[in-house]
Amino acid sequence: MAGLAKSGSAGTGYRSITAPLLVPTWAMIGFFLLLPVLLMVVYSFLTKEFRGGVDWTFSLAAYDQFLFSRGLFGDEPPVLEWTYITIFWRSIWQAGLATLICLIVGFPTAWFIATRPVQSRALWLFLITVPYWVNLLIRTVSLRFLLRDQGPLNDVLIGSGLLDSPLQIINTNLAVQLGLFYSYLPFMVLPIYAAVERYNFALSEAAADLYASRWTTLREIVLPVVRPGIIAGCILVFVPSLGAFLAPDLLGGAKTYMIGSLIEEQFKGSQGNWPFGAAVSVILMTLVLIVLMFYARAQARAEAR
Amino acid sequence: MDEVVAVRQVVKRFGTFTALAGVSMGIGHNQFFTLLGPSGCGKTTLLRCIAGFEDLSEGTILLEGRDIARLAPNLRPVNTVFQHYALFPHMTVAENVAFGLKMQGMALEARRKRAGEMLELVHLSAFADRQPSRLSGGQQQRVALARALAPAPKVLLLDEPLSALDLKLRQAMRVELKQLQEDTGITFIFVTHDQEEALTMSDRIAVMSAGQVQQIGSAREIYEAPVNRFVADFIGETNLLPVRVASFAGGMARVVLPGGHQLTCPAAESGPTGPPHVSIRPERLTLVPPGTGDLDATVDRLIYLGTDLQVLARLADGTALHLRLQNSARATPPGAGSPIGIVIEEGAARLLAD
Repeated sequence: MAGLAKSGSAGTGYRSITAPLLVPTWAMIGFFLLLPVLLMVVYSFLTKEFRGGVDWTFSLAAYDQFLFSRGLFGDEPPVLEWTYITIFWRSIWQAGLATLICLIVGFPTAWFIATRPVQSRALWLFLITVPYWVNLLIRTVSLRFLLRDQGPLNDVLIGSGLLDSPLQIINTNLAVQLGLFYSYLPFMVLPIYAAVERYNFALSEAAADLYASRWTTLREIVLPVVRPGIIAGCILVFVPSLGAFLAPDLLGGAKTYMIGSLIEEQFKGSQGNWPFGAAVSVILMTLVLIVLMFYARAQARAEAR
Repeated sequence: MDEVVAVRQVVKRFGTFTALAGVSMGIGHNQFFTLLGPSGCGKTTLLRCIAGFEDLSEGTILLEGRDIARLAPNLRPVNTVFQHYALFPHMTVAENVAFGLKMQGMALEARRKRAGEMLELVHLSAFADRQPSRLSGGQQQRVALARALAPAPKVLLLDEPLSALDLKLRQAMRVELKQLQEDTGITFIFVTHDQEEALTMSDRIAVMSAGQVQQIGSAREIYEAPVNRFVADFIGETNLLPVRVASFAGGMARVVLPGGHQLTCPAAESGPTGPPHVSIRPERLTLVPPGTGDLDATVDRLIYLGTDLQVLARLADGTALHLRLQNSARATPPGAGSPIGIVIEEGAARLLAD
């Protein structure tokens, strides 16, 4: 993430060699990044074709649908449409909460791993990544199975006499949070681990030597110094959580409907609306980009000091 | 109460390794006190014990008569200058210096003023608003000093603070450190493995080896009256000559040198416990024509050192020794293989404890 803030320029003497060597890179960026994004932007300004697909005529209908409601038959004066803004707001809230939970659990975990003896750190990191050998979809479905009313979790809770009736977890916010947390925790742990591993523990000793208590040392020295790792972790959890659709789809209910599901639905089957899906994606991407740009600028300013 | 710090029978074990094996010493007010020894001798461990970064296995440490051995580092009125400075990278130079004051609860204006004074003391006023990473090693060193001195600690601990600097800067910093100690009147406890550093700055030196104190004394005492072979050998250069002790009484000994020459010299109080040796510094041996000195030897090799000439010689029984001659036009150095006589300066020899 720190790379966002840096601008590199190759020495002129090497330019003749670097240009051909960069062809694969530019091809990658062009075909798999710029082209799809461009397609999406273009699609969002096209007219919806029934049974999916698009009609190649320019239209602002998708954005209009996102922002305004014109009544059941589209002939009333436009009023601000809250449906999608609410979904956006809920998604931001869910993703933010998931990020916070990942941070609260991930920071101590990363700290723990980074302060183990060098030889055992690799093992701990390896253990963190073990669940990721299984596909995200399968893990999410398994989580659904674990959490459902007649699932193992509730069986244990009732069997042990702790509860009389099953605990309703599935189809709640809690289940979605669990899903997001479980899906993205390593993305929080790994960058923080990298930052803590580089942390010079003599700084903590220096702070203690200068009359700082443990908490003050954490707040005034440790957190500011490992901040880039924390921010990177937060971005890596927040951004995919914001667009996630597996966890809300499989674990949540109607009340936990998120942007990811909204977009997914627009491209599914004949009920879809491609321009609208593209427009929602563009809006989502713009929001994320604005957040990242703020971060990059803050980072650049911090480095320039 | 003439001691600021009293170290009493301190033992520190790391697992099965004993870093400090019963160390005791008293450190007076307004002193530049140096812990000197080779790496692994326990000097840094002792410093960390005083700072509070290590728990003691046994023994205690008193600060102005108060037992501080169980206090957390942030509750001890001592400050440390770390080997690699450990400056806070996210703070400016001035914020670094003011950190301890802030933690002590000093008001913003007051600590800004105090930090300014401290930076002036180390000649870095112009750098107050820089980030530490933009400073040179020597400048960072001074910031670390200013930061540790700002809260006016009872004792300043310095953990090999000059080791990361280049030679010229190191030499300049020695003078500055000593000056700073005298100006502030704060007791400095300085850890180093560099005997030259120790000799030039210290009021008192504790020579340590294998977790034990070998000798404590002024630079002159340590250099001129080493108690044992370790101290004699570690501080400066010396000749260790095996001798026979003819008589020993009242701290003076009559010894017989290889070759039969006898001399009377001061001895360590306990007298020798192992095979007896005398220590004689090479600059206190003089070259004379063969047969006219206290010892007769043959020149092995001549080494040119710029200011000095070093003569490596060998006694008849094979004992090697070396002497130093000032490099001057008057001196006509003997060639390799030529016989020489050697005179031992009055009072230069000393009988060691082991």
